[in-house]
Amino acid sequence: MKKVKNVMVLLLVAALTVVLGGCQDDKEGNADTQTESSSQVTSESSLSASGEPVMGGSIVVGIPQDLEDSLDPHVSVAAGTKEVLFNIYEGLVKPDEQGNYKDAVAQSHSISEDGKVYTFLLRENVKFHDGTTVTAADVKYSIERCAGINGDGTPLVSAFSNVEKVETPDENTIEIYLKEADTEFLAYLIVAIVPEHCEDLEKNPVGTGPFKYVSRSPQENIIIEKFGDYWDTENQAYLDQVTFKVVGDSNAIVTGLKSGSIDMYPRVNATQLSQLADDEDLQVYEGGMNLVQALYLNNAAEPLNDVRVRQALCYAANREEILDMTADGKGTIIGSSMFPAFEKYYMPELADTYNQDIDKAKQLLSEAGYPDGFELTITVPNNYQQHIDAAQVLVEQFKQIGVTATIQLIEWDSWLSDVYADRNYQSTVVGVDAAYLSARALLERFTSDASKNFINYSNEEYDQLYAKVKASTDDAEQVELYKQMETLLCEDAANLYIQDMASEVVLRKNYGGYVFYPLYVQDMAKIYQIAE
Amino acid sequence: MKYFLKKLGTLILTLLIVSLLSFVAFSVIPGDAALSRLGTEATPEQVAALQKEMGLDRPLPVRYASWLSGFVTGDLGESYSYSMPVTELLKGKIPITVALTVMAFLMILAVSIPLGIFTASHAGGHLDRFLMIVNQIFMSVPGFFIGILITYFFGLLLKWFQPGSYVSISQSFTGFLHYLIAPAVAIALPRCAMGVKMLRSSIISQLDADYVRTAYSRGNQKWRVLYRHVLKNALIPVLTFWGMTIADIVANSIILEQVFTIPGMGTLLVTSISNRDYPVVQGILMLIAALVIIINFLVDLLYSRIDPRIRLKA
Repeated sequence: MKKVKNVMVLLLVAALTVVLGGCQDDKEGNADTQTESSSQVTSESSLSASGEPVMGGSIVVGIPQDLEDSLDPHVSVAAGTKEVLFNIYEGLVKPDEQGNYKDAVAQSHSISEDGKVYTFLLRENVKFHDGTTVTAADVKYSIERCAGINGDGTPLVSAFSNVEKVETPDENTIEIYLKEADTEFLAYLIVAIVPEHCEDLEKNPVGTGPFKYVSRSPQENIIIEKFGDYWDTENQAYLDQVTFKVVGDSNAIVTGLKSGSIDMYPRVNATQLSQLADDEDLQVYEGGMNLVQALYLNNAAEPLNDVRVRQALCYAANREEILDMTADGKGTIIGSSMFPAFEKYYMPELADTYNQDIDKAKQLLSEAGYPDGFELTITVPNNYQQHIDAAQVLVEQFKQIGVTATIQLIEWDSWLSDVYADRNYQSTVVGVDAAYLSARALLERFTSDASKNFINYSNEEYDQLYAKVKASTDDAEQVELYKQMETLLCEDAANLYIQDMASEVVLRKNYGGYVFYPLYVQDMAKIYQIAE
Repeated sequence: MKYFLKKLGTLILTLLIVSLLSFVAFSVIPGDAALSRLGTEATPEQVAALQKEMGLDRPLPVRYASWLSGFVTGDLGESYSYSMPVTELLKGKIPITVALTVMAFLMILAVSIPLGIFTASHAGGHLDRFLMIVNQIFMSVPGFFIGILITYFFGLLLKWFQPGSYVSISQSFTGFLHYLIAPAVAIALPRCAMGVKMLRSSIISQLDADYVRTAYSRGNQKWRVLYRHVLKNALIPVLTFWGMTIADIVANSIILEQVFTIPGMGTLLVTSISNRDYPVVQGILMLIAALVIIINFLVDLLYSRIDPRIRLKA
């Protein structure tokens, strides 16, 4: 009887997903800031899969959208693309699962005292996938290409506009000179090193990573295979071949996992998980998504330009309830623009700043001149159910203080142009992630004149703190300053911070080795098949 | 000859109107291809540079004119998302959608013709009533839901096929056809039901005609009357329906391709719209519009084959 019921529920849910799926685009991963990364928080416990790894074999990984992007690592921007390219390309340094940088194409590195010169010693005998050896000239070419030196002047990677010049005093040494001191520039040097002689990276990616590119069929798949000459012989890939299969429909993801046509799917949502929970062939790994989910408030729009109004909204919200209603209580409540995986900068105490207090919220509202509340529009991209769910709970909670909120669903592309670029909105629920492993990735955007400051937050003190961070070369001092910035965001109620959402990865039982990274990547080199 | 010229004129005019409409629609809806591709980490300079590269910084009429001049010479432009020519992109997708369409269409013919004739000639009988009820059910259930049911029962429970494991033509042609059976059935079933109903009522209405009585009075057997005389006349309205069905199948395959994860034209169209990948959308729309017009033309030709009294008039 229970089985029949399950079947009915599955069918009903499946039908609904398809109906809803018809009017949404499937760009969850592409959403970049909006979506997920993963976390090292649970990595140890999740590595418990038993069984001996064997060399060889293949795997099919489901991805929610095609790489509608360039395969050129310096041009591609979508998180979904970077997640795949992580296996093909490497930089001078590469991130590991703890969030540290280890040397990759470089053998060692040093940063000058003033934070202006980065010196790298090239690792010997690192091979590109086409068999040629990486030279200092290739590294120089790659960095200059990102910085727009020798090109038409537009940096391909915006952070590299700070690069003044690259020099190669001898054939194994590379020196990168910066225009302004920046002790955190290493974070950007995970950028791919590409061969100077390859012109057409877009169609034929050549890197130094553990996997090499085989083929790409639009809307179908991307296939990569093990690179036998990978420099790091101790960390060779186990699998011979990895197929990233495009599965746009969320119902098709579930059937694919059940039927065996997909072996792994990162980031399943709560609905999919409930449909997969009793499948004995599958194992679920749990981590954090590493993003800041919040009701982002347009600090320049009436009446949200009044700090008391923003605080009132924060006091009206009950975050536990949001977690319970939308994700079975999973997730970590946060209080500022920082998630737990950034241990160094994360301030757990901020999460308790605005515990639900309806009376206080009402009082703040009347002080601000809105004793009867006001009308609020929450704009939410329609392709991400968890944000829509959170917005719905918030709408109910705001009713208690007389604020009438309405949800406006828009397409992701419209969100990008109307909300993000034009800042023409009142409030929006999305998740913002970090593009690289520094607090700067999350906090720089809220300085007054940052082009990414889509909430129009403006606080002189905050700007000054950030200026000090940039001027500082001391790590401890920087962390302290970043923490002050986080506290300011929290006190000013710049946004109504909600949570770092839980992320779940489904992997077939005969595979193991899944590792969570604090960045949005899938490290396929660590995944192995388990001996029968 | 004049007839052909006129049809050709219609084709060109329709394509022009469709392309203009979709072009205008695309410029009105919010969203920007460059922004969409660059996402949230882009600087305004990068967006501007990409817009320039994509040609989006030019005024609307200029963009349309340049697209049109390309189209005339067979150049559909380059996809924004895939950095490859649209024609090349479509070349890989057309066989998939065509195979699916042809398969579903053959199924519709194979089921609805015999069943239509049978139910019409046994109208009012028990079996006819039963079939009509079944028919009604299939007619009212949308194709994608049938698709989900098929996936569940034949894919997951009976394991007749592996859901989601689409096989491309280059890998294995038979495997490709095998995988397409399930989605083709899902598309075909509701239309089979409609086809049966159309044919049945068309035959029944013809059975009352004077020529049928004459045919009987000349001593013809029932089956001979049905096949030699009635069917030809009854097919005329049904033919129109079948013509429309093909366009309908293509439209439905857009949804069914998502359900069965088939990387065909439908999937491409949906993602291209959400990516604001205008050249691809325009290319697919042109194809679908041309298809509908050409099929209508073929249906017209068939009319005159079946009933010589119908002349192709210019």
